[in-house]
Amino acid sequence: MREFDLKIGCKKIVNGKARGKVLLFQKPLNFLGMVNTNTGEITNIEDRTETYQLRNRILVFPNSIGSSVGAYTIFSLKSNNVSPRGIICTNKVDITTASGCAISNIPLAFINKENYRKFIEAIEDHFNSNEIEILLDTEREIISVD
Amino acid sequence: MLLTREEEKGLLGEYGNALAAAYRILVAIGEATDAEKLVPIKWAHVSGVNYNTIGDSGLEFLKEISRDGKVKVATSLNPMGFDRENLPDLSLEFIEKQMEITRAYSKLGVTPTFSCIPYEIMSLPNEGTQVSLAESNAAVLANSYLNLITNKESALSALASAITGKSPYSDLRIEENRNPKIKIVNELDLESELDYGLLGYFAGKTIQRSCTGICNISNVTEAWNMKSLAAGIGTSGSCGMFRLQELDTPMEKVNYGERERRETLDELNTSDDGQVITFGSPQLGMEELSKLQTLLQHKKFTKPCKVFCPKMVYCKAKKVGLIETLQRAGIDFISDACTCLTPLITKKNYDSIITNSVKASYYMKTSNKLSVALMSLKSIIKKYTKS
Repeated sequence: MREFDLKIGCKKIVNGKARGKVLLFQKPLNFLGMVNTNTGEITNIEDRTETYQLRNRILVFPNSIGSSVGAYTIFSLKSNNVSPRGIICTNKVDITTASGCAISNIPLAFINKENYRKFIEAIEDHFNSNEIEILLDTEREIISVD
Repeated sequence: MLLTREEEKGLLGEYGNALAAAYRILVAIGEATDAEKLVPIKWAHVSGVNYNTIGDSGLEFLKEISRDGKVKVATSLNPMGFDRENLPDLSLEFIEKQMEITRAYSKLGVTPTFSCIPYEIMSLPNEGTQVSLAESNAAVLANSYLNLITNKESALSALASAITGKSPYSDLRIEENRNPKIKIVNELDLESELDYGLLGYFAGKTIQRSCTGICNISNVTEAWNMKSLAAGIGTSGSCGMFRLQELDTPMEKVNYGERERRETLDELNTSDDGQVITFGSPQLGMEELSKLQTLLQHKKFTKPCKVFCPKMVYCKAKKVGLIETLQRAGIDFISDACTCLTPLITKKNYDSIITNSVKASYYMKTSNKLSVALMSLKSIIKKYTKS
């Protein structure tokens, strides 16, 4: 098993372990409006024109907003095999994300401000922070950064 | 979160798979929101009905949970993809799958209201009652106007609450969290329902808390204005409640002036014109249909115009002759569905729409990829009707 350099504490919301590259957003996401459940693509982020791929990533974002149906969007992503492997909320774990992950068995954690700061410090040295691989272990409530 | 022995048994599957899945959802939410316990709720409103939004996986989930699941409290249902009694030109596959979804909800014991304004068609519980409403405009309105207590629930959390009759005691369910710590100070004369919608969208996007204060607004007793405000807040953020505040109440504030209005409008208004006019996101109630009739003054629309309203409102309006009058003005009525995400208004049929709804505008733009001319009801009638 590969060793990770830094371990950061988190709070378990949905149990599980997931390893993947980080997909980091600084602003909230509306799953229903922004996500294509067939492809796992996400668009309309922070007024950017780029499309991002959720599949196999560890999604790190503040919280979800907007439609209550977003919970089904998370479930559809999982059913279509294009979901993130794990999700970390950095502002609050909203009801949509919590319920969507609960029925999809997607590991979900919350990190507080202090640990989020450590997390950002750990990944900001890298040229492209979205290429960094992390291990999310919600059972042990630890995020390991490569 | 502490569970009672009975709740624990439910979670472990002793009372069937549906109840176990429902408790699994509630436990995750309890952990997420630091709830100490579950509390009883008296009414649930469930979203996640439109096949367009929940797809095959949502349908399979509902079929599975309806095998042994039953709702424990009165439960109303959000709109689906089309009008049950006026089948549109959609694929047979879509229609069949949509009907499978409605059958699953029916098996669960959910009342087939197909409405995003259940507060206008259901008999409401007493003020101060804990409820569980998934539709975002309904949750905001219930907390802010109807003195009911709900969090801004998700489709699945409301369903889980319907099946268990319970919800985690957290966030807006706790009285002290229903007092805003921050307020929006309105600096503008709000003249139309669109103005209220834009203010709501700005407030929801700006305030990252569950409850926001709003100062210096009036005329929110008119149905269209208060629904627009609530729908705007529900669309753009995670805020589930607003409270009107006095200007001099000491708390952190954010000003909403001409610049903020312009920026919000620029974000949502992506076209000068459109091919079809749509009203009804949230769906229109009796008061709004009457207002439409009053403003039209026997004029006719020069473009196709679709009005979305609950079947119950349609039937009531038909009895008093309102539907016939509005149909003569060129309005096409669609019940059971809503502007947002109906398969009737997509890129296949249209490139652009005209609406007065910020909620419709947001979802048409982001999800359906249509251009939107966003203007007030009065402006739409002025520009797109003739005698």
